[in-house]
Amino acid sequence: MIVTDDNILAEAERWTRGGRKVALATVVETWGSAPRPVGSHLVIDDEGNFLGSVSGGCVEGAVVTEALDVIEAGKPKMLEFGVADETAWKAGLSCGGRIKVYVEKVD
Amino acid sequence: MKLSLLATLNEERVARRAAIIITDVATGAQRFVRESELVSEPWASDPLSRTLADALRTGKSGMVDTPQGQAFLTVSVPPVRMIVTGAVHISQALAPMAKLAGFDVVIIDPRTAFATPERFPDVDLRPEWPDAVIPSLGFDRYTAFVALTHDPKIDDVALDLALKSDAFYVGALGSRKTHGKRVERLRAAGFDDNTIGRIRAPIGLNIGAVSPAEIAVSILAEAIGALRAERMAARAAKAA
Repeated sequence: MIVTDDNILAEAERWTRGGRKVALATVVETWGSAPRPVGSHLVIDDEGNFLGSVSGGCVEGAVVTEALDVIEAGKPKMLEFGVADETAWKAGLSCGGRIKVYVEKVD
Repeated sequence: MKLSLLATLNEERVARRAAIIITDVATGAQRFVRESELVSEPWASDPLSRTLADALRTGKSGMVDTPQGQAFLTVSVPPVRMIVTGAVHISQALAPMAKLAGFDVVIIDPRTAFATPERFPDVDLRPEWPDAVIPSLGFDRYTAFVALTHDPKIDDVALDLALKSDAFYVGALGSRKTHGKRVERLRAAGFDDNTIGRIRAPIGLNIGAVSPAEIAVSILAEAIGALRAERMAARAAKAA
């Protein structure tokens, strides 16, 4: 199924009501050529399942890992990604932009 | 985010009402604001109400500075919808394409021989007269209306309602001659030329479409163009 950002929020609610521990990631700022616009969502559960897209696939893996921490700790986190380079970002955007992603637990 | 907040947001979406979640990104604290609440206290006199109203108008989420620090606005506007009169060949192609592009699609046709589930699998199909269905659907500024029956008895009833609404796109199938007659009927019904001018006719972008599927592409492209008109104008202004 192709999911839009609208039904991601419906899915986040459904997953949570179904007893899964869930985090919601949202693109809150972008600079340069970012793959997904501000407001794009990713919903992640505590088993690492996810739906949606915050970067068209570039940094989803890293966001999912961080989301597991957020689900565990319950505290929201702000993540930032830029072009992948050894020193700054392990996961990065090949397109050259920079994005900020806010990850929060649904509870 | 509290589950109750997420649930409220989803309820508002289903009810086709715009709303915003304001998230204090430093603390994670959140507030929920319905569009209808911006006109009454305490929001009416709040310095942030203008920013919130602008965000709702453009439908864009984004970061804003508030006296309490940086906040993220999750802007939720109703899903775009395409209401079509005519369970015809073009709408058979248009419905799945519009769905893929993110439109909720409703097809209305009182001719039950046309409006069959076999011809329109997985489509919200209403085998009724437009005036029986449309008031309950409610045309709003997130709705596109497409008239495809070629039958004034059916299309005109719906066009009348569409032209009295904020629908962001109104298109009607028909040759220039057919449309000329339609304009005369609408004038006789009391519509002024400005209002009648909202109707895209001939319908669809001029891409030389021939087959029903090609015509469906041209209609969908024109409707998306209308939906994104503000974004296109902003880009054009930047380029100039």
